Amino acid sequence: MKSFWLFNLPRHRYAKTGYWFVLPYVVFFGGFVAYPLIFSFILLFHRWNIVTPMEWIGLKNFERLLNDPLFFKAILNTLKFLLIHIPLQMIIALGIAVLLNSKLKFRGFFRAVFFLPVVVSGVVVTILWQQLYAFDSGLLNRMLTAVGFGRVPWLIDPDMAMLSIALMATWKNVGIYIILFLVGLQDVPRELYESASIDGATRARQFFRITLPMLRPTFVVVVVLSTIGGFSLFVEPYVLTGGGPMESTLSAVLYIYNQAFYFNHMGYAATLGFVFALIILGVVLLQRKVIETEPTT
Amino acid sequence: MKAIAKYAALGLGAVVFAYPFLWMIASSLKPEAEIGGFGLWSPHFTLFNYEQVIERIPLGRAFLNSIIVSLSATVSVVVFGSMVGYALARLQFIGRGTLYAIVVFTMTLPFQITLIPQYILMVKLGITDTYLALVAPTLMTAFSIILFRQFFLYVPQALIDAARIDGCSELRILFRVIWPLSRPVVITVSLLTFMSSWNEVLWPLIVVRNRSLMTMPQLVTLFTIGGEAESLLGLQLAAATLLALPIIITYSFFQRYFIESMASAGIKG
Repeated sequence: MKSFWLFNLPRHRYAKTGYWFVLPYVVFFGGFVAYPLIFSFILLFHRWNIVTPMEWIGLKNFERLLNDPLFFKAILNTLKFLLIHIPLQMIIALGIAVLLNSKLKFRGFFRAVFFLPVVVSGVVVTILWQQLYAFDSGLLNRMLTAVGFGRVPWLIDPDMAMLSIALMATWKNVGIYIILFLVGLQDVPRELYESASIDGATRARQFFRITLPMLRPTFVVVVVLSTIGGFSLFVEPYVLTGGGPMESTLSAVLYIYNQAFYFNHMGYAATLGFVFALIILGVVLLQRKVIETEPTT
Repeated sequence: MKAIAKYAALGLGAVVFAYPFLWMIASSLKPEAEIGGFGLWSPHFTLFNYEQVIERIPLGRAFLNSIIVSLSATVSVVVFGSMVGYALARLQFIGRGTLYAIVVFTMTLPFQITLIPQYILMVKLGITDTYLALVAPTLMTAFSIILFRQFFLYVPQALIDAARIDGCSELRILFRVIWPLSRPVVITVSLLTFMSSWNEVLWPLIVVRNRSLMTMPQLVTLFTIGGEAESLLGLQLAAATLLALPIIITYSFFQRYFIESMASAGIKG
């Protein structure tokens, strides 16, 4: 049918339709991606408070960035967040996924409950955890004192605050990763386990020799998504701590926000955004490379 | 024995994930003095906190704003996203490969880099404090285009050819022939777009200062960190509950779709 000459319409008719179909996106791309990118590049070399004219300052924004303790603090805080968040999330998500993947009643119910915090707004989760983390009257500290432990300064201690945020973020997001691991687990061919059992491999050995290596693509996704999430933290520190105590929860996006909308330093804020974006891309590429090539056993 | 341990572990997990929400809803109905307790029940349940919140901030208006913003973003993303996805998957035109590369590039671009210039664009266009500014940057997403393209690649060519022979325009083919076959991807894109638009806080905080235009999460955020809640827990929890309810209700109806959407999106993303 396709090659029947009568219906073989000239190509250019379809070509025109193609252009019409993509035109809205091309306009959108020009306005909201290409223009901002170019403008971001211009801003890198200017000082600007939006009201008065832009002022060319050459590489001063970069010079300032390299001497800005808060910039490095924000990176350090993000790394601290990821150091807790990624392993915790992987262990919990994989553990629950393995349980959910076994023979089970109420699987749908459990899956739905673990996924609930994912769909609820980060604002809700943050307001809720603010009550849980409160030092004197918070639920967690009341529980701890009730069983004879001391109070934990969840959000008050600068060494702890970021860890507390990482714990909360894990609680909120782990549902996504449970689902991703479940999909990954279901993709492992059953024959692999069967032949391993015949060869006398124990369940634990099967898990480390078959399951974990087969899940490598899922691990890549989890690590990459968590990293992007860590560099995108905003609402959590904004509501919970305002970046404190002692800037210990200042995140990359919160710092950009403060520079732009609190101090009106548009040029410097754009520079921060640019550099953070480069760092994110660099870290993600590096992670992909490491996890995809390194043998896990 | 093993089974008991398994159910115990999962049950404990379910409590850890669900109880805080139940506690939040129960506490929002209690008088301030009783909020510290672990339990859910109180003999003094009251709507006082809700009355106070609604009196202090225009939550009804914010709810309407959120609906308007999230729905327009969703409709636009689905309609335009599927058009571009269809063109990239099934139409021949010069520059198709380049455009696809551009879409992929856009998806990998961290938002931190375009955030400030996008805000400046809104200022230059003079549209800060409008609905337009709230939705503009989310009217199309590279992610949805890629999902649609991926799905449309597997629609049988014979169907498209048959429709062309019948004289259907390409628009008609897309919306009348291909869409009905593509329910999973249309639902996935709609749910994910609606959810992320509904929960977005940073962008509204940046482009809207006028209270009557604020979205619900934005208003609740400012209510909690500003002085208006007077650090009364009950009011904050009531505001949070009102913000959570629409999504929780939607989720309880479309729970399977939410989870499947997230799974398919995460794997392709």
